Amino acid sequence: MNKETDKMEYPIFEVFIRSKNGLEHRHVGSLHAADPEMAMENARDVYTRRQEGVSIWVVESKNITASNPEKSDELFDPAQDKVYRHPTFYDLPIELKHI
Amino acid sequence: MSVEINLDQEFQSRIDAGERIEPKDWMPEKYRKTHIRQISQHAHSEIVGMLPEGNWITRAPTLRRKVGLLAKVQDEAGHGLYLYSAAETLGISRDEMEVQLLTGKAKYSSIFNYPTLSWADIGAIGWLVDGAAIINQVMLTRTSFGPYARAMVRICKEESFHQRQGYEIMLGLAKGTPEQKAMAQDALNRFWWPSLMMFGPRDADSPNTEQSVKWKIKRKTNDELRQQFVDITVPQADYLGLKMPDPAIKWNEERGHYDFGEIDWDEFWQVVKGNGPCNKERIAARTKARENGTWVREAALAHAAKNAERKLSTKVAS
Repeated sequence: MNKETDKMEYPIFEVFIRSKNGLEHRHVGSLHAADPEMAMENARDVYTRRQEGVSIWVVESKNITASNPEKSDELFDPAQDKVYRHPTFYDLPIELKHI
Repeated sequence: MSVEINLDQEFQSRIDAGERIEPKDWMPEKYRKTHIRQISQHAHSEIVGMLPEGNWITRAPTLRRKVGLLAKVQDEAGHGLYLYSAAETLGISRDEMEVQLLTGKAKYSSIFNYPTLSWADIGAIGWLVDGAAIINQVMLTRTSFGPYARAMVRICKEESFHQRQGYEIMLGLAKGTPEQKAMAQDALNRFWWPSLMMFGPRDADSPNTEQSVKWKIKRKTNDELRQQFVDITVPQADYLGLKMPDPAIKWNEERGHYDFGEIDWDEFWQVVKGNGPCNKERIAARTKARENGTWVREAALAHAAKNAERKLSTKVAS
């Protein structure tokens, strides 16, 4: 048999599941499939064997643009010194209620 | 050079602070390689583990036992898939991993190189083999590499059904006719020592352990996990009224643990090296599955390509 890697691998899909209505879809994992239809069938078998979901999204992994961890500082640090975006930044008298 | 050292130190301090490492983060090459080896080995074990159990699906004694075993074997396929996916985040393809398995470059748990000779073996595997696996896997839910830890959380949730199913089978046999009880005892006799071997070599003979603990890949050593398994399992065997096939097993008040006998390490290394009772049979079965699946993968890909083309041309036409 051909024991070389055969380059015939199915593309990877990421799977997102909504566990119940009212909640968002969450990433649960990934799988290989030839096309989106097969990805959907496999996701159902692999990730919802015990009623884990009521809705599934599959998306081919190559279509996801991810942020680069090496650029995390420039992306996320600017939010660090903006305490004025939080309610506790604003001083109000303690006797004040419901605000 | 000094940049490399700084990166290493920075990485170690992230680990020490209890941070999780995600696939795109910088990591030492050895951390990456160790994970690829360990996770793929774990995935292969799930997939090869389907073979000894699948052997009894058509001969399960009742429909209840059959649906349970089918569901369990299906879970193992899922577990293999979660783990392959986790390993793939480190830059190795599924196909490369499969080829490593088939060519013997990658190992899988040596326990699956023992045959399942009777129905009681399915009980013993669920109780002992899944029991041993759970101890290891619960520890791994807190491992430092994010995708591996997440796969483990999912697996642990499903695995406890496997162990309870196995123990229930043993319970049924142990409380059954003298012949059934003898079957259960025989299965325990054959699977006890190989189950202890699942935790790997003694700490003194396991050169990777120290680094793995430092990187929080493992949080306990092989010997610690093995002791934990013995302590949990001995009372369970007593409850079944079965006898442990190790005369050295005895409660040690001073240590607060059960003492137990020495594993036959020659047998362990023989099986690891490929000379166990079923090594060849297992790899032959996986090779056959790959060969028989080739035309299916080809057809599915051709179908997908054709469909995509068709969608494209209808778009252009409209």
